[in-house]
Amino acid sequence: MIFRIFEKKELKNLFEILAAHNKVVGPVEIGKDKQCNPIYAFTEVSDFNSIKLDYTTTKLPAKRYFLPFHEDLSTFRIKDNNWQKTIDYNADRPLIFFGLHPCDINALNKLDKVLLHSVFPMPYYVAKRKNMFIIGIDCVPQPFCFCRSMGSDTALHGFDMFITNLGTRYFVEILTDTAYNFLKNIKTEEPKEKDHILYMKSAAERNKKFTAKVDTTDLAKILDMEFQSDVWKQWGDKCLACGTCANVCPTCYCYGVEETVDINLKSARKTKMLHSCNLIDFAEVAGGHNFRPERHSRLKYRYYHKHRGFVEAFEESLCVGCGRCGESCLAGIKVPEVIASVRGGKKR
Amino acid sequence: MKAKESESKTYLGIPLYRPKVAFFEFSSCEGCQLQIINNENTLLDFLSLVEVVNFREAMTEKSDDYEIAFVEGSITRNDEAERLKKIRKNAKILVALGSCACFGGVNQLKNRFNNIEWVKKQVYGKHPIDTAPVRALEEVVNVDLRIYGCPIKKEEVEKIVLHVVLGKSIDIPKYPVCMECKANENICLFDLGEPCLGPITRAGCDSWCPNNNAGCWGCRGPAEDANVGYMKKIMKEKGFSEKTILERLDCFGGFAQFPELKKKGKH
Ligand code: SF4
Ligand code: SF4
Ligand code: SF4
Ligand code: SF4
Ligand code: SF4
Repeated sequence: MIFRIFEKKELKNLFEILAAHNKVVGPVEIGKDKQCNPIYAFTEVSDFNSIKLDYTTTKLPAKRYFLPFHEDLSTFRIKDNNWQKTIDYNADRPLIFFGLHPCDINALNKLDKVLLHSVFPMPYYVAKRKNMFIIGIDCVPQPFCFCRSMGSDTALHGFDMFITNLGTRYFVEILTDTAYNFLKNIKTEEPKEKDHILYMKSAAERNKKFTAKVDTTDLAKILDMEFQSDVWKQWGDKCLACGTCANVCPTCYCYGVEETVDINLKSARKTKMLHSCNLIDFAEVAGGHNFRPERHSRLKYRYYHKHRGFVEAFEESLCVGCGRCGESCLAGIKVPEVIASVRGGKKR
Repeated sequence: MKAKESESKTYLGIPLYRPKVAFFEFSSCEGCQLQIINNENTLLDFLSLVEVVNFREAMTEKSDDYEIAFVEGSITRNDEAERLKKIRKNAKILVALGSCACFGGVNQLKNRFNNIEWVKKQVYGKHPIDTAPVRALEEVVNVDLRIYGCPIKKEEVEKIVLHVVLGKSIDIPKYPVCMECKANENICLFDLGEPCLGPITRAGCDSWCPNNNAGCWGCRGPAEDANVGYMKKIMKEKGFSEKTILERLDCFGGFAQFPELKKKGKH
């Protein structure tokens, strides 16, 4: 790993260089909630000043740029009794992510395990993933962030460069030669010993700010043991089966595929749509049988996939602890509380 | 508007059966039928898939020879019930078109009142008319297919008709509006302090109202596994009054079967 340090004003120059020829996606403010707190979202940006690098978190992850909510997998042109199929991975140009937090970078690394490094990679994902340049940025832990419990509070790989705010300057970790070459265009310096100390101090300060926690000790085993626990029913009674938790989750990748014919009968398409295991339609199979007709069993399986099944397969959980699902869930179903209740930490 | 048999379409070289369809309306605003003829871009394609033999909003000829009947509106008078039964007899497939037909729609609001005579007096004053409690089509006849919405979403109707013609299965969402709302990347109305029935209402409208910054009123009725009880509790905890919540749940009649709504008004 190569480290550099640069004056804050240089970041704008870097942005200009990157944005001159590329599509840049960054965190911007899209409104205020009823308490007047800003609401952030990842969108395409062309003006450096509209990027809010001190954003808390975004409601939706950057997922739509690599796993769109709806995506045509193939389209068909129909003429008489023949058809012509077109496959497009929908990755026409590189994307630059300007300011992803460690949780969201780790989310990509987890998705890679399933969609990129598996026996059957998903080309639609791979094409986009291989075509991105990621600038990570450090964050201030929020009350709902439990990424530290999930080992996702720092990112070790999966980005090109990662910047940390050291007051008047940014400390930058460089992982790829692309990043190295881009950085040649701005004024950077070799960090000195005192900069290392500043960096470590800032990391220690940040560590103190984590408040939400999940005890993951033996969690996969405990989930196995507590499969029949009453707590699932109690959470299920609250769940609205709305799918929001999966939609706002940076690591949920489940989808359904639909084939539709256009009304003019001249074209057709195969479309992928992101789905959620909490939806009643999710576990329904051809013929109408539903494997999980009850809300609590679907909610339970969401936790089992994240914290048990994925752990068994990849020795890590499919949750980065970003807290988005809990923050967006109208029923107030939050991962730390659910896990604590299963562990018996909460009075039932 | 009638097209000749020779204009029948083919799909992948296979000629498609072109069903005779008829449109009817009972107590409603006829907004659903309007939706269909409104879609100018695709109207001709739509009309070439079916043979319309009866459509008061768009043609003058009439016929009782049809296979699919699209019926809009709810049943508020006895003569309407008789007419609906006749349509049922003629049609192979009876489609309830829109929320009035599916569950009474806005019209059923009057059912909240126990005393129909009081309602008549309030609404019609000195000019009383024959009116009975509002019924959804399925309370009078068997309904084969329901197309929800107030108004219906024309794209959905086109898709359903196309699937009937192609012999493909008809899958309408069982999940709620939130699913579409999130895909449309809207700011959740609850974050803005507004009420919304999106979490318990059947999707399919592409989150029409939240896309326009308005909370869902539940016009498409309940999602298949709607947790109405807990949704009510959530809304209360978020500071919305019982009145606000019931007003929404009551508005289109879709939630009438839920115990949370069995309570009636004071008259
Ligand atoms: S847990 Fe919350 S967000 Fe997820 S489906 Fe249930 S109510 Fe919706
Ligand atoms: S499950 Fe929740 S906390 Fe975990 S990664 Fe997904 S949204 Fe974040
Ligand atoms: S099964 Fe559920 S929790 Fe797992 S990825 Fe799919 S939607 Fe997410
Ligand atoms: S605005 Fe309504 S439909 Fe959209 S996410 Fe919020 S509750 Fe669901
Ligand atoms: S958002 Fe709700 S009220 Fe609006 S069209 Fe959709 S179902 Fe109807």
